[in-house]
Amino acid sequence: MSDQIFHDSNADRAFKAKRFTGRAVIYGILILWAFIALFPIYWTITTSFKMAPDVMKGNIVPYWDYNPRWLGWRSLGLSPDTIGNESTVRAEFLKRFWNSVVIAVSASVIAVGLGSCAAYGLSRFNYKFGFMRNSDISFFFLSQLILPPVVLALPFLVLYKALAMLDTRIGLILLYTLTVLPIVIWIMRDQFSSIPSELEEAALVDGLSIWGAFLTIILPIALPGMVAAFILSLVLTWNEYFFAALLTSSDAKTLPVMVASQTGSQGISWWSMAALSFAAILPLIVIGIALERFIIKGMAAGAVK
Amino acid sequence: MNTAGDLLHVVTADNISYQRRRFGKLIVWGSAALMFFVAGLQTADQNGWIDLEFETWRPTLYAYIFWGICLCTGQVIARGEHGKRTLFVLPAALFVVSMVVFPLLFGLIIAFSDWNLASPDGRQFNGWNNIQQMWADPFYWNAMRNMVWYSLAIIVEYAFAFVLALLLNAQIKGRKFFRVAFLLPLMLSPVAVSWMIGKSMLENRFGPIARMLREMGVDNPSFFSSPEIARLMIMLMDAWTYIPFMMIMILAGLQAIPKELHEAAEVDGASAWTRFWEVTFPLMLPVSITAILIRIIFKLKLADIIINVTSGGPGGATDSVTSFIFREYRDRSNVGYGTMLAMFYLVVIVIAMTILIKGADRWMRPRY
Repeated sequence: MSDQIFHDSNADRAFKAKRFTGRAVIYGILILWAFIALFPIYWTITTSFKMAPDVMKGNIVPYWDYNPRWLGWRSLGLSPDTIGNESTVRAEFLKRFWNSVVIAVSASVIAVGLGSCAAYGLSRFNYKFGFMRNSDISFFFLSQLILPPVVLALPFLVLYKALAMLDTRIGLILLYTLTVLPIVIWIMRDQFSSIPSELEEAALVDGLSIWGAFLTIILPIALPGMVAAFILSLVLTWNEYFFAALLTSSDAKTLPVMVASQTGSQGISWWSMAALSFAAILPLIVIGIALERFIIKGMAAGAVK
Repeated sequence: MNTAGDLLHVVTADNISYQRRRFGKLIVWGSAALMFFVAGLQTADQNGWIDLEFETWRPTLYAYIFWGICLCTGQVIARGEHGKRTLFVLPAALFVVSMVVFPLLFGLIIAFSDWNLASPDGRQFNGWNNIQQMWADPFYWNAMRNMVWYSLAIIVEYAFAFVLALLLNAQIKGRKFFRVAFLLPLMLSPVAVSWMIGKSMLENRFGPIARMLREMGVDNPSFFSSPEIARLMIMLMDAWTYIPFMMIMILAGLQAIPKELHEAAEVDGASAWTRFWEVTFPLMLPVSITAILIRIIFKLKLADIIINVTSGGPGGATDSVTSFIFREYRDRSNVGYGTMLAMFYLVVIVIAMTILIKGADRWMRPRY
């Protein structure tokens, strides 16, 4: 190698060092926060494989300072040696899990269906319902977001009792649809207003009806937004606890209610609580990792105008 | 939202005959009459004037749903193309009205009555008694005060979220990993979080955080025995779940700022801090205000973590309004009083949010 001709001056070297410390600080904070965000999840996973002494001693790293056992998962009936056997806990868990799936998915589907239609209508046509015009109708839908669930909870309790809809899945589905509908309309309004209305005009000229143009031309274009709205609704409805705790007792109980009812009764048997908690959050962790793009898209909608 | 003129201009040759229009109106009014008839029958049955042996109010519900369907089809029959356009919004509007307005009106009736679901007397009007009771209830006002504290914590959350968003927006490697890692807390259910963090990690004897504090020389770390620390812990747990939410909104805003602005400022010799404070931050104000307002709305619903970790204790120090009403119902089945508390909370929220939104609007667009 020949001698270097151009050298950094002293001022440039200081700049380099400063730049390096700057990078170090940035990565330091990022890694620290990633640790804060991920440690509770890590803690839950590892705890579900611990035994009582491991919990008492505060062992944290598996294989290093304790031997993982299937203790927590055995109590759920989900460990390798119990998976073939009958297990009432597992049956209970799977029932709650299935309830959560049915309720979350149907509420999200209904909300995305109703919400997309409403958002499309509001972004394309002029309405006049009595004194309400488009902006009033939009505000009416979005203002539902402010309504705290506790205001509706007790009236619904009494109404559902009169309608014999307490402790039914359909009752929860309706309420959950209501809670996520404003968010869906918020996201979809943003989505539709970015689609030029010339598209429908062309479709209408070619002989499609309004609904035909909406279903065959616009919806496919708006699909990413619909997926984002659907996933966000799914997350919110899967995690909902307040209504489920008030309005269900045995048949329609969802997973969060089951987790909550176990926290009190089991005392220090952390391994089974950890296994249960982890099983309850696992679907969402999978969704979060796989579909992160859509979730971010959904939440960013409306933030930037 | 536009209010002037159709965005999508459609000229339709609707030739709706008189009979068709009349038929459309007929089915709407006919089904409405049917609904009122069924509701009237049930009311009469309920009050014991006639004896029809209805088990539940289901028939009225079915009649109502039937009316809803007839209203939607009637629109199309009576108004043709215009009706089809109405059909986009009508189902959603009908759904929200029946799910919100009816229960709210019904809730108003409940709020002014003495109704204990456990007692056999049923509902009795008691006028202003509930309000008087509320006025004198120290625990309720304590919960209200807590909500103010919890809402103020949003400012700190916002600062954290802003820093994290700035870092994620910088030139870094492994951005996707960090984004997913930062997002995950938002995905977890508050109930699971309250066990994972509140009940196990913050446990006094075996929890890793207590252990760490003991290593650092704190004698008897306890997290939920003194009111201030307990409240702080609830705030931290809630912040842990919701900081990603604000972070993502702010990140979206940051990415929308054109790069040229920064380059221009850099060429002009602005330091990194000046670039942030004079360029980025002012440009981010609208997004920040949206993020904070939405966050406040979510914060006002805060309950799950409190119910599951402290159930309001010690001595109501961590109670939010929602968790307080939840226990009021849980422990005493006191529907009337609980509804009154919730209604009052709603009124306070609506007033406060209106002032906040108007204030933010005025501040963003000053009228000289």
